Amino acid sequence: MAEDTGTLGRSAPVFKASMQWRRLKSHFFVVLGLLSVLPGIVALLVLLVDVIVQGSGWLDWQFFTSFDSRFPERAGIKAALFGTLYMMVFTMLLAVPIGVMTAIYLEEYAGDNWFTQFIQVNIANLAGVPSIVYGLLGLQVFVRMMEMGRSVLAGSCTMALLILPIIIVASREAIRAVPPSMREASFALGASKWETVRHHVLPYALPGMLTGAILAAARAIGETAPLITIGALTFVPFLPEHPLDRFTVLPIQIFNWVSRAQSEFHHLAAAGIIVLLVVLIILNSVAIYLRQRLRTRY
Amino acid sequence: MIKVPFTKAKEEESTVEAVVREPVSTELPKDVPAEMPDPAVEVNNFSLWYGDFQAVTDVSIKFPRKKITAVIGPSGCGKSTLLRGINRMNELIGGVRTQGNVLLEGTDIYADTVDPVEVRRRVGMVFQKPNPFPRSIRDNILFGARVNGYQADEDELVEAALRGAALWDEVNHDLKQSGLALSGGQQQRLCIARAIAVSPEVLLMDEPCSALDPIATLKIEDLMRELAKDYTIIIVTHNMQQAARVSDFTAFMLSDDTARGKLIEFGPTTDLFTNPTDERTEAYITGRFG
Repeated sequence: MAEDTGTLGRSAPVFKASMQWRRLKSHFFVVLGLLSVLPGIVALLVLLVDVIVQGSGWLDWQFFTSFDSRFPERAGIKAALFGTLYMMVFTMLLAVPIGVMTAIYLEEYAGDNWFTQFIQVNIANLAGVPSIVYGLLGLQVFVRMMEMGRSVLAGSCTMALLILPIIIVASREAIRAVPPSMREASFALGASKWETVRHHVLPYALPGMLTGAILAAARAIGETAPLITIGALTFVPFLPEHPLDRFTVLPIQIFNWVSRAQSEFHHLAAAGIIVLLVVLIILNSVAIYLRQRLRTRY
Repeated sequence: MIKVPFTKAKEEESTVEAVVREPVSTELPKDVPAEMPDPAVEVNNFSLWYGDFQAVTDVSIKFPRKKITAVIGPSGCGKSTLLRGINRMNELIGGVRTQGNVLLEGTDIYADTVDPVEVRRRVGMVFQKPNPFPRSIRDNILFGARVNGYQADEDELVEAALRGAALWDEVNHDLKQSGLALSGGQQQRLCIARAIAVSPEVLLMDEPCSALDPIATLKIEDLMRELAKDYTIIIVTHNMQQAARVSDFTAFMLSDDTARGKLIEFGPTTDLFTNPTDERTEAYITGRFG
């Protein structure tokens, strides 16, 4: 069709696509997209409305300040709420430093050899291991072998293992997003590897790392199976005061109430779900806020 | 300023082509050594490989002290790689191997006893795209000084570096503003200020004006002339007019079928542009390729 190019501009009739049909196709995909989004939103709304209708009546001061009880009107979420917070503090103290340092090592220092490959494959695999398996591991290693008992610390160690792959992967992504020109600038000024990492790579990657850590925390707060396995009690009428005290957490408390026969306990469960959701929303908001704030600084 | 006699060169085309092609010589033209008695940087039979890929082949140049030397040549001729060989930046990428040596004030920077971190303080670098740290102007200047153990007054250093880079008058009202808030040309001058703040002996510039507009480019070129009073400057550039305008000496590099990243010709800029000894240099500077 070499001759045609010579008559470009005069050969308009060659283009015959119907504008109307093309516009119709565009609209069709907008509608299709909206329809795909709908199930998620509707399901979430239904769940929220149902939970709020059932539980909001039970959300009072007494609910937050009481321990669990056989009598629904006296039962509260205090032990579970504090247990969750307590466990998460230790979980993050364990998982964030180890995760971030692993990411720094893998991205900045590790050479491309079989050992690095081995670690990477393992981390990828760990991220896909069902959480119940972590529970079994925690039960054997932390509860029995290390004799931590069914304690906050054992729960934290198990949870830390569970979220470690998430933190490592997120931190590595964040480090990889640091522009190479920044490293070059630092090295060209006579900075050592560590000085470059410490002053430029880490500050730049911090928002991404924080976001990853907080999202990992949100995941850990919602986990139930591994904690049931290591024996986080379902009836704890006291606050854990020591890392080796027994404890319970929000999802287990909710699970416990749901499985009771009396319908009042189901309302309590709904109230517990509201508390859990609020904690999660707060965490996610903090993640978004931190990311925005640090992004504008850097 | 040196005028590049393009038309004259064109007229001489036939005579140049008639010249019998001589084997490539990396030796300097005979009149050069007299003009540069003590080189600050001496590259001897330097070759560099990325894995199996050879990017620089057997280059020898003596870069004269406190002069501007331009390295020109078409894309892929190894000029940037050669430049990065002078402060060992190539090694940040894995799998780099070198041969030959690079003497900085007589010491081989590739010797086992030499730490590349120390080399990079003594040989500063300015990059193609301005890359200030996303921090204040002040912190940009002070970072290199701090990690290298600068002990004296920080305010003085900031002012001296910014004045040295002809940026002080434009930014002294707010040294706390982010380096990224400056214009492209100002950012590049901030990068130069940052580089000279660690008192390097040599400044490497890797196409420092290619991301800048003509006015900002002229400012950087004026600044380079000013800096050449104190520093040995080596600039890689795509822009032959720039090489002709700012440099005292010019090196022309080329890759061909036989080898990549060879030095074709090196000499005083005036000579190289008006009277190139190699026909490929002549062809390149008259714009017949590249």
